[in-house]
Amino acid sequence: MKKFALLLSTGLVAALAYAPAASAQTEIAWWHAMDAELGKKLEEIAQGFNDSQTEYKIVPTYKGTYPETLTAAIAAFRANEQPAIVQVFEVGTGTMMAAKGAVYPVYQLMADNGEPWDPSGFLAPVTGYYSDTDGNILSMPFNSSTPIMYYNKDVFEKAGLDPNTPPKTWAELETMSRTIMESGAASCGFTSGWITWVQTENLSAIHDQPYGTLENGFGGLGTEFTFNGPVQVKHWDNLKKWADDGLFQYGGPGGGADAPPKFYAQECAIYMNSSASRAGVIANAKDFEVGFAPLPYYDDVTTDPKNSIIGGATLWTLNGKDPAVYKGVAQFYTYLSQPEVQAAWHQATGYLPITNAAYELGQSQDYYGQNPGSDIAIQQITRGTPTANSKGVRFGNLTQARAVVDEEFEAMLAGSKTAQEALDTAVERGNQILRDFEAANQ
Amino acid sequence: MQAKRTIFPNKVLPYVLLVPQLAVTLIFFIWPALQAVKSSFEREDPFGFKTTFVWFENYRRLFGEASYLGSLGKTAVFAISVTALSMCLSLLLAVAVNRVLRTNRLYTTLLVWPYAVAPVVVGILWWFMFNPTIGIAPYMLRAIGVSWNHRVDGVDAMVLVIIAASWKQISYNFLFFVAGLQSVPQSLIEAAAIDGAGPFKRFWTIVFPLLSPTTFFLLIVNINYAMFDTFGIIDATTQGGPAQATNILVYKVYSDGFLGLNIGSSSAQSVVLMLIVIALTAIQFRFVERRVQY
Repeated sequence: MKKFALLLSTGLVAALAYAPAASAQTEIAWWHAMDAELGKKLEEIAQGFNDSQTEYKIVPTYKGTYPETLTAAIAAFRANEQPAIVQVFEVGTGTMMAAKGAVYPVYQLMADNGEPWDPSGFLAPVTGYYSDTDGNILSMPFNSSTPIMYYNKDVFEKAGLDPNTPPKTWAELETMSRTIMESGAASCGFTSGWITWVQTENLSAIHDQPYGTLENGFGGLGTEFTFNGPVQVKHWDNLKKWADDGLFQYGGPGGGADAPPKFYAQECAIYMNSSASRAGVIANAKDFEVGFAPLPYYDDVTTDPKNSIIGGATLWTLNGKDPAVYKGVAQFYTYLSQPEVQAAWHQATGYLPITNAAYELGQSQDYYGQNPGSDIAIQQITRGTPTANSKGVRFGNLTQARAVVDEEFEAMLAGSKTAQEALDTAVERGNQILRDFEAANQ
Repeated sequence: MQAKRTIFPNKVLPYVLLVPQLAVTLIFFIWPALQAVKSSFEREDPFGFKTTFVWFENYRRLFGEASYLGSLGKTAVFAISVTALSMCLSLLLAVAVNRVLRTNRLYTTLLVWPYAVAPVVVGILWWFMFNPTIGIAPYMLRAIGVSWNHRVDGVDAMVLVIIAASWKQISYNFLFFVAGLQSVPQSLIEAAAIDGAGPFKRFWTIVFPLLSPTTFFLLIVNINYAMFDTFGIIDATTQGGPAQATNILVYKVYSDGFLGLNIGSSSAQSVVLMLIVIALTAIQFRFVERRVQY
């Protein structure tokens, strides 16, 4: 009993001490999916905003992986316990856009709260992806990335290759991988994270191949997948052949958790993954020098590779909160758009600088000169004029469709299907998923 | 068996005493189960704005889907293998420990340890050991000419999750078998030994029949374990892959419902899973239990 009284009194004291601070500030919950280094950096941003004013307090909460965060937010919304801000990966965009009653579009939020908001200052491939058919941006761009190629310069040198000339085309990549393996400099040529995103969706964009009808899903719900075209089949065929020869090692489904260790351990000389893997690659590549390069392309398909497409996430504002909260959210987004904040985030993580001002700030700081390769991602995503095929892919239930693509890829690797069969099945199963989404959201 | 009847003079009290248990069952079991049945007939968008009643559409689709029928097969293979492997090995270990007189407590403690490990941790542990890139097991297997890659090879993946799931369950089974063995009257075994029965004959004719209630109990527990509790192990080791080779029913429910946000299909799957387990348990009690001697 005594113990209980003591506990109670300490609790009261703590509550009293805390109360003034809590009542003066409006708390804004921000659910995110950034762990480790990225999570720390994200908390610094929240802290920076909290220190910059006294009215609002951003409270970031790590909710697990991207799919877990999305699921948690949806479950919370259904229980009316949703956070004001949730970070949703680009794959969830179709789902969020269809959920009209749940989302407070960012262009409207900024206008309602009188915050300055100039979408033209943002990178076109980023804003294009998150805009509705009328060109209104629905979510706040935050961490956008695009896949690039990392390679081990030491292994290149050991194999007798020029460490400053990374492969440009898939043909070059194949020959170089063979040289590397035959010279014994490394036991595998290349590996890749995200087979779905890097080797299928981005491959399609770079070679200007459609991924689905209706401008890759941007045009509406009645879309169908078409990624079983000759270029994708050829590439999957090659990947299978290279896997059999040991030139390519599969890193697992989804993000490909086994791929980074293969590169860090110098088992594979080349590694393709998000530009946001940069921080991790630099931290883990202690014994060798890393080179950065754009993704390879097939020069017999195109001589003019298109831009790659984005990944990463944006911040979605959820409905159902007090106006005071939204005022704070709008101010936070303004803070977030500042070039200093954006540039610091971009330079620490490898995500794209999402505003032109942040990119220019980095240039004026000579960041790219001092960190060679750090602007590969932005150069690659802004090269050329985006076509309907390279604007991005935006489908409902894309998480499920990606899981299907992974499964079919694994079936092909295991030898139970040819590339054509695997892609045909993936398209067929994917279309069923799209029909489900259409039926549920009509 | 003669049933004992207790007469309660008070008409109300027995019901009052039952209320807490009934309430718990209703709130935590029956109500969610009914919810699942209800949403298995519906199609809903993830945010729950619109719900359409679709009759048996979810079920019809489910059984028309090759991957679901495949998942049923995988589950059968998985559940039978895990149950057989973990029960046989733990019986073997229990008999061995039971023969060691002086240090059997030490062995028992050591053998029970794995049970204290959470399924996810078990998954991660085996994932590490068998990881095709950094694991020790593929490295050693390569030395004897076996190429291990559960990332690509479905059979390897299935073997891996069976080992991981059994390894954890062996401790539990072991504990029950040891307790069962220790309650076998020593005098019966001695009498049989005097009559000239060898160790094998003594085991199969005296010890094993006396263990049958334990074995029956473990059989039910293990099948339920393999079908429901192994979710964490699958999630941490293979995530149902490669190409759905280890996508057992309980994992498919999760991946379709939580990752795919397809609540209707996921509910339909839970209902099917529920029916399967009810049927299995009923069969076990109806037919297997007859062979059990209490």
